[in-house]
Amino acid sequence: MSGSLYVYWLIFALMMIGLYIVISHGNLVKKLIGLNIFQVSVFLLYISFGKVRDGSAPIVKEGIDTYSHPLPHVLILTAIVVGVATTALGLALVVRIFEAYGSLEEDLLHERDAASGVDGPS
Amino acid sequence: MSMFVLMNLTLFGILAATAVTISRLRALYEATMLTALFSLVSASLFVLMDAVDVAFTEAAVGVGISTVLFLGVLALTRSREDVTPRIRQWPARVVVLLAGGMLVYASQDLPRFEGATTPVQVHPVTDVYLRESQDDIGVPNTVTSVLASYRAHDTLGELVVIFTAGVAVLLLLASSPGPGRREEGEGPAELVLADYRVLRVISKLLLPFILLFAFYVLFHGEYGPGGGFQAGVIFAAGFVLYGLVFGVDGARRVLPRPLAWAMIPLGILLYVVLGLAGMLLGGEFLDFQGLRPGDPQAGQHLGILLVETSVGITVAGVMVAVFFSFASRRAAR
Repeated sequence: MSGSLYVYWLIFALMMIGLYIVISHGNLVKKLIGLNIFQVSVFLLYISFGKVRDGSAPIVKEGIDTYSHPLPHVLILTAIVVGVATTALGLALVVRIFEAYGSLEEDLLHERDAASGVDGPS
Repeated sequence: MSMFVLMNLTLFGILAATAVTISRLRALYEATMLTALFSLVSASLFVLMDAVDVAFTEAAVGVGISTVLFLGVLALTRSREDVTPRIRQWPARVVVLLAGGMLVYASQDLPRFEGATTPVQVHPVTDVYLRESQDDIGVPNTVTSVLASYRAHDTLGELVVIFTAGVAVLLLLASSPGPGRREEGEGPAELVLADYRVLRVISKLLLPFILLFAFYVLFHGEYGPGGGFQAGVIFAAGFVLYGLVFGVDGARRVLPRPLAWAMIPLGILLYVVLGLAGMLLGGEFLDFQGLRPGDPQAGQHLGILLVETSVGITVAGVMVAVFFSFASRRAAR
């Protein structure tokens, strides 16, 4: 019975690797890479809900009766492009942080903040 | 074990191995390239799960644009990560194991994978999208008809998010050029790639074909995988390639900055005007039935094509402008 759940477990494993990178690593670029892995795993989860046995891609053609559900595809297709736009925003913040602090390591950033008062660098 | 399960397991295995390696690598250039590999393998997995449109987008975005953006940021910052202290690793592992265990426990309530009677498949909307859409809209690719017609409001919302993120990047990177003010003609590291004749000739040869392919993807989206989002990204990829080889200034001569910036709001404006036109013609906002009086199917076709075009314009504008602003930041240092 649980054999048909294996795909979800594999997706959860990928998700957790991404989450691990986000929380354990201090480097901000690495955190964004981890977030990307997490994001792709969520996409896979959505697409797996739409898949149906012996289905084909939801492009209607004579002689094919079983199609996978198109709605998850639509949601994820737009989410991928939104995802790269928000990643670009994160990267732009990373660049500005590096120019202000000269580092991308979270611990160092906190130290600088603590040394120069709560507001960060001038 | 069927072929499908075997391929699934193999691809997931490659994905997991790649993700673990990314986590262990301290060299961020290598980690970025492996992230591109991760995207490519996940695109194969999307194809396996019948999501061809999604795979197309993931391949274009994950392997193309986002890798270039990460590499551009690494060139601006530091490409080596500090050692993660052990004291940070163990709490993270515990948290991840707990969260993963909870997800696996909760997954027992999820519908079976590939089941034909899952809530997704038996919902009435499935029949509307897959059967009735053929009479209402007449577009074979149901992903396109859902994206551009049934859920056009949703797509407009997504486009506004992309617009906002793009504008935010431009605001963050366009202001205060940083410590070293930009001087014209400076930067010995720039324009190195254009010195290689092979790269110069090949990239110039490829550019028209990439742009032509983008238009093919845009106009063919009704009949096969493709549409405005993919076309916009591919269109931008052409200029990113040109910018990588000939430098930002070279690319600006082909596509001036004001033009790229103007494309960002232009697509959204076109989209909203299209929606309002539907209202003026007696329908609701983003209702395309009345665009061609007397022939609702032709109206839907026209509406979908215009929606895809406006999506493509905004997405291409955002991607090109974002790439330019990261790349010219390098020239400023």
